[in-house]
Amino acid sequence: MDRPLLDVRDLQKHFPVGGALFGKTRGVVKAVDGISFTIKSGETLGLVGESGCGKTTTSKLVLAAEEPTAGTIEFEGRNIAELSRADLQDYRRKVQVVFQDPYSSLSPRMRVGDIIAEPMKAHEALSSAEVRARVTELLELVGLRPDAARLFPHEFSGGQRQRLAIARALSTKARLVVLDEPVSALDVSIRAHIITLLEDIQARLGVSYLFIAHDLAAVAHVSQQTAVMYLGKLVEVADSLELCASPLHPYTKALFAASLPSHPDEPREQIVLSGEVPSALNPPRGCSFHPRCPFVMPRCSEQAPGLSEVSPGRRVACHLYN
Amino acid sequence: MAPLLRVSDLRTYYFGFRGTRVVKAVDGVSFSVEAGETFGLVGESGCGKTTTCHSIVRLLAPSARIVSGSIELEGEDLVKKSQAEMRRIRGRRIASILQDPMASLDPLFSIYDQVAEPAYYHQALRGQTLRQRVKELLAAVRIPSPERRMKDFPHQLSGGMRQRVVGAIAQAGSPRIIIADEPTTNLDVTIQLQYLNLLKDLQRATGVALIFVTHNLGIVAKMCDKVAVMYAGKIVEMQSVRGLFYRSRHPYTKALLDSIPKLGVKERLYGIPGQPPDLSALPAGCSFHPRCQQVMDRCRIEEPWQHDLNGDGNVRCWLPIDEETAGRG
Repeated sequence: MDRPLLDVRDLQKHFPVGGALFGKTRGVVKAVDGISFTIKSGETLGLVGESGCGKTTTSKLVLAAEEPTAGTIEFEGRNIAELSRADLQDYRRKVQVVFQDPYSSLSPRMRVGDIIAEPMKAHEALSSAEVRARVTELLELVGLRPDAARLFPHEFSGGQRQRLAIARALSTKARLVVLDEPVSALDVSIRAHIITLLEDIQARLGVSYLFIAHDLAAVAHVSQQTAVMYLGKLVEVADSLELCASPLHPYTKALFAASLPSHPDEPREQIVLSGEVPSALNPPRGCSFHPRCPFVMPRCSEQAPGLSEVSPGRRVACHLYN
Repeated sequence: MAPLLRVSDLRTYYFGFRGTRVVKAVDGVSFSVEAGETFGLVGESGCGKTTTCHSIVRLLAPSARIVSGSIELEGEDLVKKSQAEMRRIRGRRIASILQDPMASLDPLFSIYDQVAEPAYYHQALRGQTLRQRVKELLAAVRIPSPERRMKDFPHQLSGGMRQRVVGAIAQAGSPRIIIADEPTTNLDVTIQLQYLNLLKDLQRATGVALIFVTHNLGIVAKMCDKVAVMYAGKIVEMQSVRGLFYRSRHPYTKALLDSIPKLGVKERLYGIPGQPPDLSALPAGCSFHPRCQQVMDRCRIEEPWQHDLNGDGNVRCWLPIDEETAGRG
């Protein structure tokens, strides 16, 4: 199948800020400012960036929890903004989410079986025997015992809760799962389990993932494609292994330089970014990365570089490369 | 020469329900830190690393008590000090940097007041000298235009900037040792790198020793000279940083190293089976044995003691003595 499962084009989301009720707004935060990417069926796109770069807004747009200011999201070839109510509901069935914190994403008052069954009950007319069979199947899929269905979330550890959240996301036979920092809240020895579990599930069911995280090594490990985001824009999109082998955009280089070594003598390019991420309310003119960029040129402060293809499948937004 | 800080057989327990429930959060921990050295304390949540640090500065929760052991700072046993004496040690000889800068800074006081406080009490600086000192401290942690920033309040600073102010406060009393408990966990990666480099530079300039508490082995690889790996209240392995990464002996350390994704490598990750242990209901024998790949019958019954590793640290495991003749066997 050549057509991608998800095709996002020039997606924008602007939030007005300031001003009292009925007052004039003082400006807009361009949380997502014209990003395009695709996710193929059965593949994973990793989305990396620092806090405030628009990763989570992107995920909300993909989940149809926010309406984009401009741009389109096509899923299985259909623009989701033009879907009928019934079709939109079906879209929401096919696109599910796993959040960072499994302590706040599972209701403490519901039994695990009910938590996992809720999405499928909302979307499909199933008999209670069918529901029970599916819950059992899902619990086994995520490596938990079937009798877990009777228990409450507090009886599980962080890693097990994240397994429950994954089971819930898969309960409606989702085609795409948005994973928003799924391992950041977990202990190191547990992270590997969840990452491996997600990889196994993908191999078995052929679901696609949008994997959002700030840990470059984890993202590159899980995903075929990695997109690097900075202040609402994608600065580099590439095959994950290629990206690790030779990051092109100065910001990607800096992220790699900042990622921690896996042993004491691992060489690191010395790029220490000065300053901090500028406010999205008042982003710098031209390339939004130019005030922190070690390779800044005069035209960077005047003209924003577009994301252009430098080699097949590899796109970079930087004046150094075009 | 005695080391700067020597912790010997420290045991800190939490007592609950009138002593019926005892949680051995720190159970026989020994290590020493030399002047100017960076010592890493690694482990998962609930392994006792933070309780170890709180014991050193004697700021334990009311339910916790140091049951036995000693903490010698430049030859003086801190366990025997009164709280009044500890007040003169904290800030002046030992300082701390905690994980969340918003929780360690007081929102109602200006940056100047908070950075000046340790210098005011411990070094009795006043007036212009104090002002000058605060300016120097803020400049040392690379706060841009310190003169102006000094008047700001914590909410006006970004996360990275706040953590740098905490660093300035830690430096203010010119301590010999700084305990940094997960200082960069809340920071973004590029800001984390800035902060870690800053700590290294400060250490080079002042010769302060650092105790780095973290769960992140990458930080250990970057920052530390010597590392102790904690599991269930005990140090299971202690080595030089290179020893730990290239010749790790304890199965837990090896498993931890195998479980982190490495950049650009798609190898399948190793997941340590099971859950981190509940400190109030530890298994018999070695606490790690239910999750260990190389478990032997002996591990289920008898707790391993500490074996020396040819002068470079020690390990608590029954395995190494079979493989080689390190330590007593």
